[in-house]
Amino acid sequence: MSSEARSSNEEPSSGSAPSSAAPVRGEKSLTARDLRVEFGLPGGRVARAVDGVDLDVAPGEIVALAGESGCGKTTLARTLLGLERSTGGTVAFGGEPLRYSTKALKAYRRQVQLVLQDPSGALNPRHTVYDAVAEGLRIHGITDDEPGRVADALSRAGLRPPEQFFLAYPHELSGGQRQRVVIAGALVLRPSILIADEPVASLDASVRGEILALLLRLKEEQGLGALVITHDLGLAWSIADRIAIMYLGRIVEQGPVEQVLTAPRHPYTRALVSVLPGAPALKEAVPEPIVLAGELPDASRIPGGCRFRPRCQEVAAGRAAEVLHRCESEDLEILGPESAPHLVACHLDRARREDARDGGARMAV
Amino acid sequence: MTLLEFKDLHVTYTGSRGRIPAVRGVDLKVESGRTLGIAGESGCGKSTLAMAVLRLLPKSAEVTGEILLNGEDLLTMGWGRLRAVRWTGASIVFQGAMHSLNAVHRIGRQVAEPILLHEEGISPNEAAERAEALLERVGLPSSRARSYPHELSGGQRQRVMIAMALACDPDLIIADEATTALDVMVQAQVLQLISGLVTERGVGLVMISHDLSVLSEVCDEVAVMYAGSVVEQGPAHEVFANARHPYSAALGAAFPVIGDPASRKRPGGLAGDPPDPVRLPDGCAFRPRCAVAVERCGEEVPALLAVPGAAGEGPARVSACFVAQEGEPVVV
Amino acid sequence: MTTTTPVSPRSLRWARRRQSFTRSWNAYRSQRTGMIGLFLLAAIVILALAAPILVDESQLSVTQATGGRMEPPSAGFPLGTDEVGRSILALTLWGARLSLLIGLTATVVAILVGTAIGVTAGHIGGWYGWIALRFSDWFMVLPSLVVAIALLAVLGRSMSTTILVIAMVSWSGTTRLVRAQTLTVQARPYLERAKALGAGHWHQMTKHILPNVLPLVLASATLLVPSAILMESSLAWLGLGDPNVVSWGSILNRASSNGAVSAHAWWYLLPPGLAILLVVLAFMMCGRALEAVFNPRLRGEQS
Repeated sequence: MSSEARSSNEEPSSGSAPSSAAPVRGEKSLTARDLRVEFGLPGGRVARAVDGVDLDVAPGEIVALAGESGCGKTTLARTLLGLERSTGGTVAFGGEPLRYSTKALKAYRRQVQLVLQDPSGALNPRHTVYDAVAEGLRIHGITDDEPGRVADALSRAGLRPPEQFFLAYPHELSGGQRQRVVIAGALVLRPSILIADEPVASLDASVRGEILALLLRLKEEQGLGALVITHDLGLAWSIADRIAIMYLGRIVEQGPVEQVLTAPRHPYTRALVSVLPGAPALKEAVPEPIVLAGELPDASRIPGGCRFRPRCQEVAAGRAAEVLHRCESEDLEILGPESAPHLVACHLDRARREDARDGGARMAV
Repeated sequence: MTLLEFKDLHVTYTGSRGRIPAVRGVDLKVESGRTLGIAGESGCGKSTLAMAVLRLLPKSAEVTGEILLNGEDLLTMGWGRLRAVRWTGASIVFQGAMHSLNAVHRIGRQVAEPILLHEEGISPNEAAERAEALLERVGLPSSRARSYPHELSGGQRQRVMIAMALACDPDLIIADEATTALDVMVQAQVLQLISGLVTERGVGLVMISHDLSVLSEVCDEVAVMYAGSVVEQGPAHEVFANARHPYSAALGAAFPVIGDPASRKRPGGLAGDPPDPVRLPDGCAFRPRCAVAVERCGEEVPALLAVPGAAGEGPARVSACFVAQEGEPVVV
Repeated sequence: MTTTTPVSPRSLRWARRRQSFTRSWNAYRSQRTGMIGLFLLAAIVILALAAPILVDESQLSVTQATGGRMEPPSAGFPLGTDEVGRSILALTLWGARLSLLIGLTATVVAILVGTAIGVTAGHIGGWYGWIALRFSDWFMVLPSLVVAIALLAVLGRSMSTTILVIAMVSWSGTTRLVRAQTLTVQARPYLERAKALGAGHWHQMTKHILPNVLPLVLASATLLVPSAILMESSLAWLGLGDPNVVSWGSILNRASSNGAVSAHAWWYLLPPGLAILLVVLAFMMCGRALEAVFNPRLRGEQS
């Protein structure tokens, strides 16, 4: 276990840094509303990679976006970064909708930065660490004290003393060090939000914790916000404050990590959580492993009604009989980002909640 | 019955940087119908170990020791015998093996191929039928036999690879990071399939992975490797839940237990990187990254010995850590 | 990585460059054919550069020729004389200057044009990329010699038009190569990272794509030079060269138009012909070796 992560958790720094873990919403938060991205496929079919997503990421919070490959999470990340154009809905930063002019995008990118999955590929093999980190400064024409800024970014990313790494080439570094260089390259512009696409998936198991601890520390000590895209729910448990589970282009459940992962309500989340090795508390919530049959359908053939219905274990077991007509015909509304802490896009869940409430009301009468 | 046994196995590669010891004295045993997990990170020698079983290592690799399969030494075996053993005795499912399917042949034909090659007097039709049956066993409709690899998803292709590994009824299956590239749900499907095969058919399974949490769910016993040696061995869930070597503890902590408040917002991990096999540190190879190292660790190489507090039933609990052998905790 | 604190980043960066150059040089040096080609080339270049010292320019003048008509090799004229009595050795040495000059210049022009179009076509893509690609395809399938002859006939015979014409018919291959390599580099995650940092097209092309494309371009350039030299010789042999200068092709042209073949004056035909062969061979050998050094498919991505 990383001692660094611990100390930052147990002894909140008493300095002037915004050490409170409470996210600061508003001015510098990244918001997506009803975001849609469609791709035309050969044969005139349309793949709805992102099919209506509401999402908020504010400085000072880590949001995990989890789902299987092909669920649209990477497309969503690219769209949030302005690397992909949305075909509907909006991406906004600090309330300002993102415009796609070169100048507007450039300004936006000082605020929202990307960390890629594979640090070996994300660094140009012909550039030294110094050049790789200074690249952002050069692009944005920041010339004052370049070495100082690079050194600062490297040490914030945990590469100390930074000068030792200036002239190293990526192939001379270990995987963990490379990922730190990539993070330093993003930090050098002092962004308020990082979007990290599977930041540790290509790293060795023992090195992963270090990188995750770094993200956590950046959040806690420097108020950085992060959207971490992952297929690994354990990663979300390790660092995230909130989690959104994505299935076929849409978020099906979202809320605080503790609630979503230990008391999952959407059948899909329940299945995902059930196949992981979990603590006894979790085994109570989801006692038996639920192994879903089949695989994620193609984004060009999203089923009508509830998109999860064809694979839903509740439907298959006949436990959803009373709401089945709705599962078959009614698409669920898009989960709002903040209207309630724990949101679930499932007809069955809704019906059960209503029953419980009605029951409760009757009891009260 | 002991199915596979490594006896003091050493594998050394000779490269441009000199002699690189990849496996340094490994002793392991796998019984029929049992599952052994080998955990470790890239470069710890776990894949070399797997390849050594079928003698798939490059020519530059120098192998000493013994690898016994059903009592026969694979290292001294003639090529003809080895060829037979490669499918009927033991078969491997590699990481990313799904990319090794031939793109221009139908799935059925590729699964039938080893059957035709290794079983005398079998007609092509019978082989094709067997292939279809195998595809059904791994949860694919037999109509898939007529598909080409590109028509299948990653998980389906990995199932095909498992079907191929099963084609000649091997006694031993080695799965080398067989589920690593797959999604959680598909991984769960494949793992379920593999464990089902072990219980149903009594084959021995060696499962190699960096994910200790997966191994702890699937395997009976786990051996953790670091820098070419086994550093801890014992019942799978015990090694994961209550490690007796600081490296196993760190590896286990890299995969948090969801719902466990102790691992919430405390990503576990290790400082530093795995050692360069050409320049291993003196004494215990793990010492430079170890938080509990004592003076002795820098002077002597710890042997794999029984550790206290692990007596009783089940496989023996052994650890190559002086601290653990003293009965002290290995986690700070 | 564990270098001591830098004295000055710039000097150390140069040390790094030197180091990577040394690595490439060592890889090159291990290739026997490449080294033979390099020695051959060096010898030819030195001879061409030293031509004014070795042989006085006056020996090229028709009016000041001292030898007889098509004399066979002798002590005075080691390679014999031409139809007006000039030394073939002198002509061949001086011809090397022009052949190399035209070959190199035409290649540089072709490479510049080809690289510029290739990188932009690969990077920008879209309509521009499509048009650029068709355009280069079109040039590729044109019979280059016929086009060159037609162009020279229209534009008039001079050294600069020869260079231009050769460049014009040979840029398209480079474009293809560069575009393909650009597309591979384009797919690398570090371009995605640069884009996310806010990099514009210019930054992406100059900082990421070009440095990764240039080694291949260099290797292909060494293969383009001999074909340019061959083309120049062919054109000159056909009588389309600059009439005021001596090149290997023009020597051959004069030889054949003055009946050197029927006169069995082998000394008139052989030296320029062999010189062309040697230069082409030398460049080819160097080019193949460079390709082996730089081609990422034959070697690792790094360094």
